Amino acid sequence: MKRLVKPRTSDRLASAAISAVAGAAVALLAAFIGYFLWSGRSELNLHFLVSAPEFSKAGGGIGPQLFNSIYLVFLSSLVSVPIGVAAGMYLAEYARPGRTTDLLRLAIETLSSLPSIVVGLFGLLVFVTLTGWKYTLMGGALAVSILNLPVIARTSEDAIRSIPPSIKEGSLALGATRWQTLVRVLVPSALPGILTGVILAAGRAFGEAATLLYTAGMSSPKLDFSNWNPFSATSPLNPFRPAETLAVYIWKVNSEGLVPDARQIADGASAVLILSVLAFNLLARALSRALHRRFTGGKA
Amino acid sequence: MAGKSPIGRINAYYWKHEGLGRALATALGFLLAGITLALIGFLAVKGLAAFTTGRVPFLAFLFSTKWAPDSDPPAFGILVFLVGSVLLSLLAIAISTPFSLATALFIAEISPKAGRRILQPAIEIFVGIPSVVYGWIGLSVLVPFIRKAFGGLGFSLLSGALVLAVMVFPTIASLSADAIRALPAEYREGSLALGATRWQTIRRVLLPAALPGILTGVVLGLARAFGEALAVQMVIGNRVRIPGRLTDAMANLTSLITMDMGNTVMGTPWNDALWSMALILLLLSCGFILLARAAGRKGAAR
Repeated sequence: MKRLVKPRTSDRLASAAISAVAGAAVALLAAFIGYFLWSGRSELNLHFLVSAPEFSKAGGGIGPQLFNSIYLVFLSSLVSVPIGVAAGMYLAEYARPGRTTDLLRLAIETLSSLPSIVVGLFGLLVFVTLTGWKYTLMGGALAVSILNLPVIARTSEDAIRSIPPSIKEGSLALGATRWQTLVRVLVPSALPGILTGVILAAGRAFGEAATLLYTAGMSSPKLDFSNWNPFSATSPLNPFRPAETLAVYIWKVNSEGLVPDARQIADGASAVLILSVLAFNLLARALSRALHRRFTGGKA
Repeated sequence: MAGKSPIGRINAYYWKHEGLGRALATALGFLLAGITLALIGFLAVKGLAAFTTGRVPFLAFLFSTKWAPDSDPPAFGILVFLVGSVLLSLLAIAISTPFSLATALFIAEISPKAGRRILQPAIEIFVGIPSVVYGWIGLSVLVPFIRKAFGGLGFSLLSGALVLAVMVFPTIASLSADAIRALPAEYREGSLALGATRWQTIRRVLLPAALPGILTGVVLGLARAFGEALAVQMVIGNRVRIPGRLTDAMANLTSLITMDMGNTVMGTPWNDALWSMALILLLLSCGFILLARAAGRKGAAR
C-alpha cells in the first residue's frame, strides 16, 4: 500500500493540531475571564458588593448574598476540615489493605462523585425535614460539608503518603507512637498539600448552588448588620435562618426574572465568583509554595 | 489500674498517645462511609415510596413518555427525561473527548513544561468555575448565538451539550494526562528507537496502552455530565419532549427535579415521582463509578 502522507509530515501535522487545541483551551479560559470582567465591570463597585438586593426595581446589590456565601464556607469548613483531615490520616496510616478498606474507599469515592443535586436532596431530607430546622444556613453548610469531606480526605491522604518514608521511620525509631508521628511529624510536613486541598474545597463551596437550593433556601431575611447577636432572627451571624448565597442568587434572578436589571446583576455576580475562584487558586498556590519553601529551607 | 503495674502503665501510655487518636481517626474515616450509606438509604426509602404506595405504576414510570403530573388521571412517565439526560451527556462526551485528549497529549508528550506551567493551572481554574457561571455564560452568550446561527429558540440540546462539554473537559483531560504520564518510559523509548515518529508512537503505543486510564476519565466525565443540574437547566429550554433535532428545546432528569421539587408538596404522588427520579439519578451515578473502577482495574491487571 502506498502511503498518502509521509510519516514525518503527519507527525508535524498532528503535533501542530494538538498544540493548537491546547492553545485553544487556554484561550477559551482567558476569553471567559475577560468576558466576565468586561461585562461585569460596571457592577464591580462597592455599592453593588455591599448593598441589599431590590425586588422589583433596578439598582440592587448583592451584599447579603455575598456575606451568606462567605459565612457558609466558614461554617462548612469548621465541620469538614477536622473530619476530612482525620479521615485522610486514617486512610494514609492506619487502614490495612484488605476487604474492609476497599469497601471504605469505594464508599468515599462514591460520595465524591455523586451529583451535587443528589447531595442537596439528601440535605433536604435530613437537615431540613428530619431536624425540623426548615431552610437554614446551617443545613446548607452541612450539606456542602458532605460534598467537601471526600475531597479533603483524599487530598490529605495523598499529601501524607507523599512524605518520604525516611521521615516517618526516623520518628518511629526515636520511640514515638504512630499517632505521635502523625500529629507531630507527618501532618505538619504534609501541610502544604493539605492546605491546598482545603482551599480548593472552600472555593468549590463558595460557588456551589445545586446543593443549596433546597437546604439553605432561595431567600434571605432582612439582615441588620449592626446586630451581632447570633441568636437573633435578624442577625447576619444567626446560622439558623434561610440564607441565599451568591451562586443561588444568579440562578434565581434568571429563573424568576422579576428584577429589571437581572442581566447586570448576573454579570456582576458572575464576575465576583470568577474573581473569587482565581483568588482561591492563587492563594492555594502561593501558600503551598511558601510552606514548601519553609520546610525545605529555600529549595523550591 | 494505670500506674500500678508496669503493664498498666504501658497500657495507659499507649491509650493516651496512640489508642485514643487512632480510635478517633478510624471512627471519622468510617463516618464517611456511614454518610454514603445513609445517603443511599434515605434516598432509596423516599424514592421507592411512589411505587410502594401503588400510586405510580413502576413500568409506566420507566417506559412511558407521558408526563402529565397535574392532569386527571395523572401520568408519571419519565422516559422523556431519561432519554434527554442520556442524549445530553453522550453528546457532551463526544464533543469534549477529542479536545480533552489532545490537551492531555500536549501536557504529557508535546510540552510537559508549558503543560505544567500554563495548562495545568488553567485546567484547575476550569474545575473551579461554579456551574451557575457556566450556565449563565451559556444563557447570555451561547443561546443567543445558536438562535442566530441555526434558528430555533436557542435553548436546545446543542446548547446544553456544549456547556457540558466545557464542564467535563477538565475531568477527562487531567485523568487522561495522568494515565499517559504513568506509562513506563520504555514504551516511548522503544517505539522511538525503532524509528517511529512521535505521532506514530502516540497513536500506536501510548494511546492504546493508556486506554484504561483514559476510559476511566471519560466515564467520570459522563457521570459529571449526567448529574449536572443548574447549568443545564438554564440553557435547554425545559420543554417536555424528546428532541428530534440538535436545536430543539428539551428536558432532562436533573432540570425537572430542580424546578419542580420546590413547587410540589411532600407526600403527593407528583412529589414522590420526583424522589423516584432522584433515586434513579443516584443509582446511575453509582453505576458510573463502578464502571470507571472496572475500567481502571483492567488497566492495572495488564
